Amino acid sequence: MVSDYRIHGATGEWEVVIGLEVHAQVTSKAKLFSGASTDFGAEPNSQVSLVDAAMPGMLPVPNRECIRQAVRTGMALEAQINPWSRFDRKNYFYADLPQGYQISQLYHPIVGEGAITILTDEKDESTAKTIGIERIHLEQDAGKLMHDQHPSFSYVDLNRCGVALMEIVSRPDMRSPEEAGAYVRKLRSILRYVGSCDGNMEQGSMRADVNVSVRRPGGELGTRTETKNVNSVRFIMAAIEHEASRQVDVLESGGTIVQETRLWDPDKAEGRSLRSKEEAHDYRYFPDPDLLPVELGEDFLAECRASLPELPDAKRRRYEEALGLPPYNAAVLTAEVETARWFEALLAELGDGNAVRASNWVISDLFGALNRLGHSIEDSPVTPRQAAELLRLIADGTLSGTLAKQVFEIMLETRQDAGTIVEERGLKQTSDTGAIEKVIADILTANADKVAEYRGGKDKLFGFFVGQTMKAMAGKANPGVVNALLKKALG
Amino acid sequence: MSALTDLGVAAIRDGVRGGAFSAREVAEAFVGAVEKARGLNAFTVETPERALTAADLADADRARGALKPLSGVPVGIKDLFSTKGIQTTAGSRILEGFEPPYESTVSANLLAAGAGMLGKLNMDEFAMGSSNETSGFGPVVSPWRRSDGGNAPLTPGGSSGGSATAVAARLAPAVTGTDTGGSIRQPAAFVGITGIKPTYGRCSRWGIVAFASSLDQAGPMARDVKDCAIMLEAMAGFDPKDATSLDLPVPHWEANLTSDVRGKRIGIPREYRIEGVPDEIDKVWERGIALMRDAGAEIVEVSLPHTKYALPAYYIIAPAEASSNLARYDGVRYGKRVAPENGNLTEMYEATRAAGFGAEVKRRIMIGTYVLSAGFYDAYFNQAQKVRALIARDFERVWAECDYLLTPTAPSAAFALGEKSDDPIAMYLNDVFAVPASLAGLPAISVPAGLNDQGLPLGLQIVGPALDEQGVLDAALALEERAGFTARPEAWW
Amino acid sequence: MLAPATMSVDAATVRHIARLARIAVTDAEVAALAPELNNILGWVEQLQEVDVAEVEPMTAVIPNRLRLRGDEVTDGGIRDDVLANAPVAEHGFFAVPKVIE
Ligand SMILES: [Mg+2]
Ligand SMILES: [Zn+2]
Repeated sequence: MVSDYRIHGATGEWEVVIGLEVHAQVTSKAKLFSGASTDFGAEPNSQVSLVDAAMPGMLPVPNRECIRQAVRTGMALEAQINPWSRFDRKNYFYADLPQGYQISQLYHPIVGEGAITILTDEKDESTAKTIGIERIHLEQDAGKLMHDQHPSFSYVDLNRCGVALMEIVSRPDMRSPEEAGAYVRKLRSILRYVGSCDGNMEQGSMRADVNVSVRRPGGELGTRTETKNVNSVRFIMAAIEHEASRQVDVLESGGTIVQETRLWDPDKAEGRSLRSKEEAHDYRYFPDPDLLPVELGEDFLAECRASLPELPDAKRRRYEEALGLPPYNAAVLTAEVETARWFEALLAELGDGNAVRASNWVISDLFGALNRLGHSIEDSPVTPRQAAELLRLIADGTLSGTLAKQVFEIMLETRQDAGTIVEERGLKQTSDTGAIEKVIADILTANADKVAEYRGGKDKLFGFFVGQTMKAMAGKANPGVVNALLKKALG
Repeated sequence: MSALTDLGVAAIRDGVRGGAFSAREVAEAFVGAVEKARGLNAFTVETPERALTAADLADADRARGALKPLSGVPVGIKDLFSTKGIQTTAGSRILEGFEPPYESTVSANLLAAGAGMLGKLNMDEFAMGSSNETSGFGPVVSPWRRSDGGNAPLTPGGSSGGSATAVAARLAPAVTGTDTGGSIRQPAAFVGITGIKPTYGRCSRWGIVAFASSLDQAGPMARDVKDCAIMLEAMAGFDPKDATSLDLPVPHWEANLTSDVRGKRIGIPREYRIEGVPDEIDKVWERGIALMRDAGAEIVEVSLPHTKYALPAYYIIAPAEASSNLARYDGVRYGKRVAPENGNLTEMYEATRAAGFGAEVKRRIMIGTYVLSAGFYDAYFNQAQKVRALIARDFERVWAECDYLLTPTAPSAAFALGEKSDDPIAMYLNDVFAVPASLAGLPAISVPAGLNDQGLPLGLQIVGPALDEQGVLDAALALEERAGFTARPEAWW
Repeated sequence: MLAPATMSVDAATVRHIARLARIAVTDAEVAALAPELNNILGWVEQLQEVDVAEVEPMTAVIPNRLRLRGDEVTDGGIRDDVLANAPVAEHGFFAVPKVIE
């Protein structure tokens, strides 16, 4: 579907053209070319090898797992996998780059063309749009500079230096901040399903370089700017919105757009030029002579493919077609791999026959409670097994809807099983006709006048008697039985 | 009995083994020689205590009957090899004071084999030079002098000039060198010793300060072929820390050494006859050809059509790789830092590198930066890599016609310090015969084959197919036996 | 010696290259370097004569396969070694002239 997102300038409408370069940290224990750990948040320079510090004579040796994860990611994006790729050096000087070059892949990336299907509206499959992936290449992350520790020095921490990144380069196929947001969410979801990146944007495991240009709808492509290292979906969308309207303002006031690197300031909610760091970039890429070409064997590729899980789109289709879930439920339950995992654990207990009921309960009751308590599904106080028991007690009539809600609340607090709660607190719903008939008898005698009115034809009083009975039974009476016995008693 | 310092590796090893003398006596003799020879400027660091400790250990090991392959043999280490806790400068002021917290694989192999370290050997800065004049610590002087009475100090060649002088002046029985485009072979030829560059990947590059990664190879320099075989066996071997290291067992080069070359075909590449090369070079080459024929080898004229393009290709590829390899010398993590008063990071980089690098290193970084820069990559670097592939193909084809190649090692005898230092290209031409084998990664050795009219040594080179160090050593031994090179400089220093 | 556009390095180019290489150069050095670089570049020009139409650039000097490491933490935890040779190190960091981004 075609986005109708437009910027309404003084001189008319403008279309926004967006491409994203997402840097995703590969999930691995050790770095791309050294045996140092990739753990987050360690003491400065404590996870640095002599290779990472670019000591004289140190040499890189590639980590198989990083290459494997890039290949699996490419396969998940139905991208072309290049059995022959190689690493190049990207040469530039900066204090966070000890070698004076970043080992990356320019001429022969490990993954070629692929695609991602996004829904700009999760509930509406007709909003599906395909975003092209140009390439995925592997490269080293840089170190970290701290500018606020000392009046005249910047401090350098090389712990991140050499950690493996996948740079996932999209085609300029997005036309609105919403599409860009949907693309990043979908990409993140797929990476987390595959397990090749934890998608943790707060810790910087996923950052996007945002390329934005504007043009007259359908017209010639405009000059683009690149906003670097934007680290949340919200910021990405805001950065696009601001940058696009900035460009429109520039163009409409007769100016021209300079191709430049920009920075998004989330606090000021505005972008600014980084031309200070720009000057004469000429990266002088050439194949890294310390490394041979990466040649992927059939067995390696087969293992990568075999190890792929069911991916969100396939899962969503299966939930709709095989389990009969409504599209919305299917979409919500497959968006995050943890949610799908939890839901499937629940189904394993209940059986696919109860999928629809279970999905409704998860989306309304469970999600409601988790939001209220500020829990994520991974640390839900109620386990799938416990939830299954609760749903069974509802199904077999042991719990009415109202009782079920009470019991669920107690489960959330005490983490006890539903059965135990029902026993200990006697929250079972009763169909004991003797007990109910006795209560009814008392109520009828206590309200002889109303009984007369009813018998006199005031049918709607029936509800009054039901209410009284339920109240006297403390809500535990089976409503069906109550109705039947009342009818009988009132004649 | 001759002085202990006149003994080579095999003689010292066997003498210590047999109890003819102790390792301690040997070490003391060489330590003394090193001290007396400071005027030659061959060492950047002397480590007598290391040599003596290793010697005492060797004597103790002998008592326990647990001798190692090189027990009792003191060696010199080119300053391009990182040595744990001992200053490693690669001949550059930018690394002055740098003490690596690690030991290069090759030097570690030698120490593990029982060798002792006499010190670090002076060299052209970052191995960029053919005369040792680019060293940040002053040029090394050759122990040789012209017999015509002219006492002009001569170059030992480069970049392994300190290594060459140390062996020729009997300051060490053997040393390590590195060869990127002739840096073992040309100095060996200039000072009348033997030096071999093995197949690329035989010796680990881990811990060797990088010049041009696709060309750098370590190798030994010693008094004769057998000593080179012994040393290379100890230095070589697979190293998982070097992705370009060859995962192959180390052959028993010494045990299998033979000078029997009967029936071997020795190729004489016609393209190595270039004009402007003095007659003395042709003469010694002709002599070598005669000696090999006399040894029963068959001499065949062969062609390596792209030879003339090897040197220009090398002077694109090597500087390109070097411009990137030397980017790490930025004054941040080690070595020299020059930080202008309230200057920014870029100004610190520029001042540090301007002060730390010498003229030739700057020249090559500039060339390398230029040929890789936007728009020139294909015309220069890619073209050079294609030409390099053609040069390698020339060699592959020639092995159908011959087993080894015999060529001069260098286009001249040693020249005087200062004689060529103002003309880069004239200096580069020193390696015209050495560079093709480097570009193809082939094993190549230089053997002393005679003296010129001024009494200076001249060397001949034998090049073989990849991984055939054995054949190269054998052919070199045949040449050595017949050349009977016994000349040595007298100790004027 | 043929001299196409790839040649003739002028003072401005020398300064640009020196800037890329982060080497400060004086006017005198620029004046000296320009002809030197031109000589060398002019000399390597001869490579353009070679017909390389059917040739792939060399990728491995000696035929060899890239070996891959297992994903194990085998290194790091050597901060003192890493910082030991630093011209300026403070509080476990390398220190460089302040960078304003
Ligand atoms: Mg650096
Ligand atoms: Zn990148």
